[in-house]
Amino acid sequence: MSRSAQREGSPVNDGAPRKLRIATTSLAGCFGCHMSFLDIDEKLFDLLRHVEFDRTPLTDIKHCGPCDIGVVEGGICNAENVHVLREFRRNCKILVAIGACALNGGLPAQRNHVDLGACLQEVYLTEPGLARGCMPNDPELPLPLDKVHPLHEVVKVDYSIPGCPPPAEAIWSFFADVIAGRTPHLGHGLIHYD
Amino acid sequence: MTANGAADVFLLDGEPIPFAPGQTVMQAALAAGHYIPHLCFHHDFKPHGSCKVCTVRVDGATTASCTLPAQAGMSVECKADDLEENRRTLVQMLFVEGNHFCPSCEKSGNCLLQAVAYDLGVLDADLDYFFPSRPLDASHPDLLLDFNRCILCELCVRASAEVDGKHVFALSGRGIGKHLIVNAESGRLVDTTVAVTDKAVDVCPVGVIIRKRVGFAVPIGRRRFDARPVSAQALEDAPRRAPPEAAP
Amino acid sequence: MVDAAPPSPNVARLDAVVAAHGARATELVQILRDAQALDGWLPPATITYLAHRLRLPRARVEGVAGFYAFLHLTPAGRYRVLFSDNVTDRMAGSLDLLDRLCTSLWIERGKVSEDGLVSVDTTSCTGMGDQAPAILVNGRAIPRMTPERVDAVAELIRAQVDLCEWPADLFAVADNVHRRDVLLDAIVAPGDALRAAIARGAREPERAGSARSWREGVPALPQGPAATLEEIKRSNLRGRGGAGFTTGLKWEACRTAPGTTRYVVCNADEGEPGTFKDRVLLARHADLVLEGMTVCAYAIGATQGFVYLRGEYEYLAAPLRATIARRRAANLLGTSILGQRGFDFDVVLHLGAGAYVCGEESALIESLEGKRGVPRNRPPYPVTHGYLQQPTVVNNVETFCAAALIALNGGDWYRGLGTPRSTGTKLLCVSGDCARPGIYEYPFGTTVRQVLADCGAERTQAVQVSGPSGTCIGAAEFGRKLAFEDLPTAGAFMVFDDTRDMFEVARNFAHFFAHESCGFCTPCRVGTTLLRNVMDKIHGMRGSQHDVDRIRRLNRLLQASSHCGLGHTACNPLLDTLKRFRPAYERRLQSLDFEPAFDLDGALARARAMTGRDDASAHLAEVDEDASAVAGRGQP
Ligand SMILES: Cc1cc2nc3c(=O)[nH]c(=O)nc-3n(C[C@H](O)[C@H](O)[C@H](O)COP(=O)(O)O)c2cc1C
Ligand code: SF4
Ligand code: SF4
Ligand code: SF4
Repeated sequence: MSRSAQREGSPVNDGAPRKLRIATTSLAGCFGCHMSFLDIDEKLFDLLRHVEFDRTPLTDIKHCGPCDIGVVEGGICNAENVHVLREFRRNCKILVAIGACALNGGLPAQRNHVDLGACLQEVYLTEPGLARGCMPNDPELPLPLDKVHPLHEVVKVDYSIPGCPPPAEAIWSFFADVIAGRTPHLGHGLIHYD
Repeated sequence: MTANGAADVFLLDGEPIPFAPGQTVMQAALAAGHYIPHLCFHHDFKPHGSCKVCTVRVDGATTASCTLPAQAGMSVECKADDLEENRRTLVQMLFVEGNHFCPSCEKSGNCLLQAVAYDLGVLDADLDYFFPSRPLDASHPDLLLDFNRCILCELCVRASAEVDGKHVFALSGRGIGKHLIVNAESGRLVDTTVAVTDKAVDVCPVGVIIRKRVGFAVPIGRRRFDARPVSAQALEDAPRRAPPEAAP
Repeated sequence: MVDAAPPSPNVARLDAVVAAHGARATELVQILRDAQALDGWLPPATITYLAHRLRLPRARVEGVAGFYAFLHLTPAGRYRVLFSDNVTDRMAGSLDLLDRLCTSLWIERGKVSEDGLVSVDTTSCTGMGDQAPAILVNGRAIPRMTPERVDAVAELIRAQVDLCEWPADLFAVADNVHRRDVLLDAIVAPGDALRAAIARGAREPERAGSARSWREGVPALPQGPAATLEEIKRSNLRGRGGAGFTTGLKWEACRTAPGTTRYVVCNADEGEPGTFKDRVLLARHADLVLEGMTVCAYAIGATQGFVYLRGEYEYLAAPLRATIARRRAANLLGTSILGQRGFDFDVVLHLGAGAYVCGEESALIESLEGKRGVPRNRPPYPVTHGYLQQPTVVNNVETFCAAALIALNGGDWYRGLGTPRSTGTKLLCVSGDCARPGIYEYPFGTTVRQVLADCGAERTQAVQVSGPSGTCIGAAEFGRKLAFEDLPTAGAFMVFDDTRDMFEVARNFAHFFAHESCGFCTPCRVGTTLLRNVMDKIHGMRGSQHDVDRIRRLNRLLQASSHCGLGHTACNPLLDTLKRFRPAYERRLQSLDFEPAFDLDGALARARAMTGRDDASAHLAEVDEDASAVAGRGQP
């Protein structure tokens, strides 16, 4: 990965290596992976010496700009997820899928063997006491896809960090490798699917 | 024959492996303390050769090592990059073929598929998921069958027939439609003669045949393969055979 | 383990079926076929009862039934119509005819009509490539389908006419032999080759006696068998089923293998799409086939033979059984054949039930033993551990015919034909775009161009030699020779003119392999389905270079780790067409990078329908509209 490019919006070049610009988001996920990210605790300070954040749940940036790394938690369950994922793919040199839901659909994908129509029917029309018995049709609401998909079925994904959530050490290990210019490698104990 | 003529040996990645007549490459390697990745092989049963994870190269030809009879002087290549790459793809195939949601699986941490995948450094499935629809069988009071996780290794089939003498499990269908069935006209486990104490129940390497009400006794994170990689443990499972008169 | 028999409405009839097969578990596939004939499917109670009668675990019986495409564990209709789905059937318009029949019968493809009367679906090539498109109705072959014949079939089904009362001309299968050589021209009276084999031993003791190492360790044999084996070896005959193993060596290995009983198996599974020569040999030269088997039995000391006939050729079963009976009556089968004391050999016919992989010799033997047709682990090979773990020779139909001729005329005569490394002649099954499809017998070494000229093929773009598991060649290679040393072939010769889309040819073959994988080993079970999916994805105009790379990666895996030839060759048609007809792929590729396999907008259709929405945000474009604007933003 090239780290030489300098571009607008980056801090003043004081001779130190340019900071990596990182965006993160949570799609059909539970923010657990983000919580695990925060669990790297004091290493966050190390990290911040080397990276800066674009769109993340922590910043107030609404759209992802050009970034070095995009980290996406959660699978793809609706149209909105597709837009955000495409935005990340367009803007991030390296797209990283993080967590079980991003990698295999996870818990949300358990609905994949249920027909979406039957599902909506049950939730909004049949099941008493919900949504006053009508199908929500507000254009503001993203429409659900008939199946939940992992990220790699919708865009090309460059790297994966498995786990539900991945251990903080795995996330740190990934960033430490990237910052040091090494090919990321997760050893025993850092690869977990559960 | 070795140089000193003591025992028959073959080379596994350049290391001499002694073997007894009738042993396959896998059996001899494990007995000698060398791990070859595998899923459908189990030292208690006749090698089956279906998962193909143990594929090695001998004289330029690739073949499953669990069914390959060991021969003196053969040179077996196991750790080559292309072989490892193929192993990863095979494991990924098994993941996309079924529905493996490890976070909600009682077998997680004790699961051989998972452990082999960890050991091979498999981070994701890479392939498109099939998301098959495979309903559970919860009919039995003490056992649950979650077909979503079946890797079709036939260990339960073999154990039930050979050890339990019951033939509770069998395979039906073919190709990608191949699937596990139970020995009952109703198709339900409760109508078979299965018992919780059966070898077939124990032997399933993944989370298909699950004992009810004992799940999560050991918390996730402290299970068998959380502690050490399968490559370090498979050797302990295998019956060690002292190399016949090998040591000088 | 065997429970009390549950009540079953069919007990008496099932008992008769079981009794007809001596209640032998090895006959399970035959028993299931016959049992299915009673109801058109195998109800759960039938499976249970058969398991009880055969003293097999019920799950074993269900597992076997579940393996074969022509055995049904769910109701499949009183009339089960299957359209042969080889690419040559499609080229002849099979899919339109299938639609026509479905429309006419008011049914959906693959589903049984509500009244349980009929189902219509596709099946792998039925071996009628020269008279495509073809169908099977309850297993009976009907070739040369036309709109008129489809309407006739629809009418017969609607009127519920019993299949045996359908007009005979529907079932007429042509032989279409267009070129003959020594095999198809041979006039061999039943028993001639056997008599020659027996006589040879007596006549030429010197040569048999001076034979080389093959006699070492061999139990003393009468001269006849040894001399016969010697002739087969001298002929350099190689197997006609595809692999081309030297027949003499196979027979010798079987003869010298320790065992109590030896078996001879004729492989008449002929499942390779585009192949139909064994059908013609069995229809016209059944005596020669059986003669060759008996010569083999004589040479190796076998006492029992099987003809494993593919289920698609069920109509050939009765005439074959009649031929067997006739030969038995003429003392060409049975005990002390032709008066030779100790020369005892008989042949039983077994029918397959829709499984290409059962053509693989060890899977075939499993099927003969009444099991799922899964290839065995080799070694040991069938020559030492075959049927019931006894020494067994498995040869192709055509191989046995050639062996009979060699027994008659001698090995030297045979090796004078063809090329040094591919002796003799080969039957080709020409189909596809040509004026005269059918059977052509040539000496080995004939060029592809010669065959194309003889069959009246014009503007030929490609030839698929030896079927999907063989080689696909383009015009630049038509000078190549059909021979083991250049273009080996089991017989199929499918011609494609320049109007054909070679991508679609490969896609059809990818579907074939996915349908026929036995599912035993991971690489082929999952890999053939992945390949099929990739080809469908490219077909759906969603492919990318990523997918082409995927095909290559899967090829490496399947080559390296599949359990049998099916998996090893499953990628061949894709790689061959990628190499020679790349534009057929490139035309369809959407990008160099990555495309999803599914239609994202289509994946919203269900939700749109449920919510009644059709606003802009209820849709997903192929690429986000703002993509260009955003991409322009501040790129370095
Ligand atoms: C998937 C597969 C299908 C095969 N189908 C046939 C077949 O239909 N007929 C045949 O004669 N051989 C077939 N073979 C080859 C047989 O395994 C075997 O080599 C052959 O019957 C030996 O006879 P031969 O030496 O006379 O050719 C097939 C092999 C494979 C791997
Ligand atoms: S069986 Fe193994 S791989 Fe599958 S879900 Fe359970 S733990 Fe995960
Ligand atoms: S249930 Fe378990 S033991 Fe049985 S075939 Fe499936 S994975 Fe193997
Ligand atoms: S390669 Fe295919 S057909 Fe052959 S054993 Fe494996 S799964 Fe079965």
